[in-house]
Amino acid sequence: MLKVEDVVTTYGAVRALDGVSVTVEPGTITAVLGANGAGKTTLLRTINGLVRPREGRISYEDRDLLRTHVDEVVRMGIAHVPEGRGVITELTVDENLRLGALWRSNRSELQQSLTEMYELFPPLAERRNKPADTLSGGERQMLAIARALMSRPRLLLLDEPSLGLAPRITGQIMATLRRLRDEQSLTVVLVEQNARSALSVSDQAIVLNLGRVVVSGPAGDLAADEKLRHAYLGF
Amino acid sequence: MFRFLNLTLNGVTNGMIYAAVALALVMIWRATRIVNFAQGGMLMFTTFIAWDLAQVHHTSYWLALVVAVAAGIVIGGLAERLLVRPVENGPPLNAVIVTLGLLIFLQALAGMIWGNSQAHSYPPAFRFIGYKVGDHTLRFSPNDLFIVISVLAVVIALYLLFQRTSLGLQMRASAFNPEVARLLGVRVGRLLTLGWALAAGLGAMVGVLVAGTSSGYVTPVGPFDALLVYGFTAAVIGGLESPGGAVVGGVVLGLILSYADSYISNFIQTMYAFVVLIAVLMIRPNGLFSRTSERRV
Repeated sequence: MLKVEDVVTTYGAVRALDGVSVTVEPGTITAVLGANGAGKTTLLRTINGLVRPREGRISYEDRDLLRTHVDEVVRMGIAHVPEGRGVITELTVDENLRLGALWRSNRSELQQSLTEMYELFPPLAERRNKPADTLSGGERQMLAIARALMSRPRLLLLDEPSLGLAPRITGQIMATLRRLRDEQSLTVVLVEQNARSALSVSDQAIVLNLGRVVVSGPAGDLAADEKLRHAYLGF
Repeated sequence: MFRFLNLTLNGVTNGMIYAAVALALVMIWRATRIVNFAQGGMLMFTTFIAWDLAQVHHTSYWLALVVAVAAGIVIGGLAERLLVRPVENGPPLNAVIVTLGLLIFLQALAGMIWGNSQAHSYPPAFRFIGYKVGDHTLRFSPNDLFIVISVLAVVIALYLLFQRTSLGLQMRASAFNPEVARLLGVRVGRLLTLGWALAAGLGAMVGVLVAGTSSGYVTPVGPFDALLVYGFTAAVIGGLESPGGAVVGGVVLGLILSYADSYISNFIQTMYAFVVLIAVLMIRPNGLFSRTSERRV
């Protein structure tokens, strides 16, 4: 579904991604793990065109993503939940969600998606007309994910959804991802520092270190490999 | 008492004009984080276009007004696309200098086309002699009523556009967080251009309205610059961030200037605006209505 081949992305002299390849199959969750500065966020930003790589190819359902403009990417069915402050705090919860489904002109479909999201994330329903800056960290993350889902994506790119959240909330978010994969065969690329919870829901995983893929394989194998866990994953 | 009523009516009318200029500045500030110092020059230029049509070619007032607003929209859009966009990622001062450059360019161009030496007059839309109550003549004319209603109508229309339509939601999203908006499929660049175009169109309308309020208004340098000072002060009273604040700020400033003009002295009207501006910046630098005073890091 998504194919990243030999991608090199540089910031000035820094090679943030140094020849990264990864293939994502439809209906799976792929965890992208690694320490701070390993290139995880850069990988997501390169996939959806926020930054352009110096070398390499990225294709999505056999279409070339490197020649797609950022605001077109979402129309192709790829939604991105950026790291940290992904919600627009000045807008209300409802407005944030509506922004997720901008390019869908059908009004009744929009209403239906809104209803679905409020069912999936009940805390958001209580605050639908409040500005998003009144939400807690966990609620903001829910909102960012719900907003991405409003576009009915086939591929969801998630950047550090567990950042700064209580373990219980992280668990809920991971459970939601698993459910979306199982029930709607959503494909997810999940960037995480919290390797343990990411591996618990993933099908495959890659570990980045200094812009290179150092390990890749089925998530279960990575979780079982004690040496690897100590070396790169910190648990 | 009657004098107070008159001053109040006069203050509200002028205040609506300042409010509209302030709103144009706030729209551009919100969209691109730039104080558009060319706003006065842009609306001066479009008012000259209207003047040329109405006074030289004798078209109707309304046609001239429509052409001026259309010209404003085009000038605003072009200014964003051709002048502001290239310096978008530079230091903020660059964009400010660019708008100052545009101001000087427009003033020079207007001088070349229409002449610097003569101040032209513009016809009001309606009678400018005040309504009569008994023996008294109010300082509030049908033309003043037209100004108040026009500005209110545009303010309401803009409010509905921003708050109730998908286009308005996209414009707000682009202003608050361009990168996230882009990720969601908003075509941010086009909406910023549209924001500038709408603001300049609003400015153009104000230019034509204000030109009819006193004789000799239409001249490349002078009255329109003062108008920018008033508009900017009104915007700062409102916090530069809030469209509602800009409107309230405009009316407040209109009232203050009207009272000060009559009760203190009418020689130094522009200076009162500066006094208000400095006072607001000292006491409430985020304005009376700002929501960003407690911006989190």
